[in-house]
Amino acid sequence: MRDFYGVRLTTPMMLGTARYPSPTVMEAAFRESRASVATVSLRREGEGGQTFWDIVRALGIHVLPNTAGCHSAREAITTACMAREYFETDWIKLEVIGHADTLQPDPFGLVEAAEALCADGFKVFPYTTEDQVLARRLVDAGCRVLMPWGAPIGSGQGLNNPRGLRILRAAFPDIPLVVDAGLGLPSHAAQAMQIGYDAVLLNTAVAEARDPVAMARAFALAAESGAVASAAGPMPVRDMAQPSTPLIGRAWR
Amino acid sequence: MKIDVNGMPHDVEVTTVEEALQILGWGEQRVATALNGIFVPATARDSTALSPGDRLEVLTAMQGG
Repeated sequence: MRDFYGVRLTTPMMLGTARYPSPTVMEAAFRESRASVATVSLRREGEGGQTFWDIVRALGIHVLPNTAGCHSAREAITTACMAREYFETDWIKLEVIGHADTLQPDPFGLVEAAEALCADGFKVFPYTTEDQVLARRLVDAGCRVLMPWGAPIGSGQGLNNPRGLRILRAAFPDIPLVVDAGLGLPSHAAQAMQIGYDAVLLNTAVAEARDPVAMARAFALAAESGAVASAAGPMPVRDMAQPSTPLIGRAWR
Repeated sequence: MKIDVNGMPHDVEVTTVEEALQILGWGEQRVATALNGIFVPATARDSTALSPGDRLEVLTAMQGG
């Protein structure tokens, strides 16, 4: 696995901390998911903030604060600075939202914020699209991880543009790539890993499952399966059949 | 002095961000602060003066995806 700003993750799972039925279920889901990264945020509603942070810290895994809800580079930069101090990490999942319905990234604000944050010493994990030109701009800004969406956040649609994601993988062989957002089923995670991605980041698919803990395990197995399959070298896809049983020695020919 | 804290109007007799946190009940809590959209590090709260109409954000940890 490629390393994330010098950190070699022990599993290809990054899991969000939102929308679970209870903190207890969230903790159990994290254990079953074998996630090596937990995403968190900062909000005004401060009741229980310290308690929540204590629970996340006790998970003993890497913490990745986000800038969710920011609609401009300036908001995202300020939020990132606040998160660095609060969570004591220079990792930041950079979100600059450009559309309220699709939560599609604003590519212009994203590059602007990435440039400023990378220059300020942040280790930026940009939530982006599969657009290759935008990805290049983010890498030029200093990002050493790219996190293209699979589909709109929370939609559960899976990989809407697997070809685009595959092209991105080929274009950036040395950059860790994470499919972030839109996964709904474990097979989506397996698919992302099979095409050579380094990790998946999900939240709603686990948290809103009828049994989040069981679904967390299913995603862990799928992500690991996809990673093993990618390393094993999948066979090429063919248009026509190719008999698997040897033709030599056939009867009646 | 009238200031805006987390989007709500407050009328407080304070001069710095640190004093505002104390009087509004965040004195002992772990929070991150910004004034008028600019990050205020914890170490600078004592020396960051407030003016009427300022917008103070006080944030804490929350679940996130």
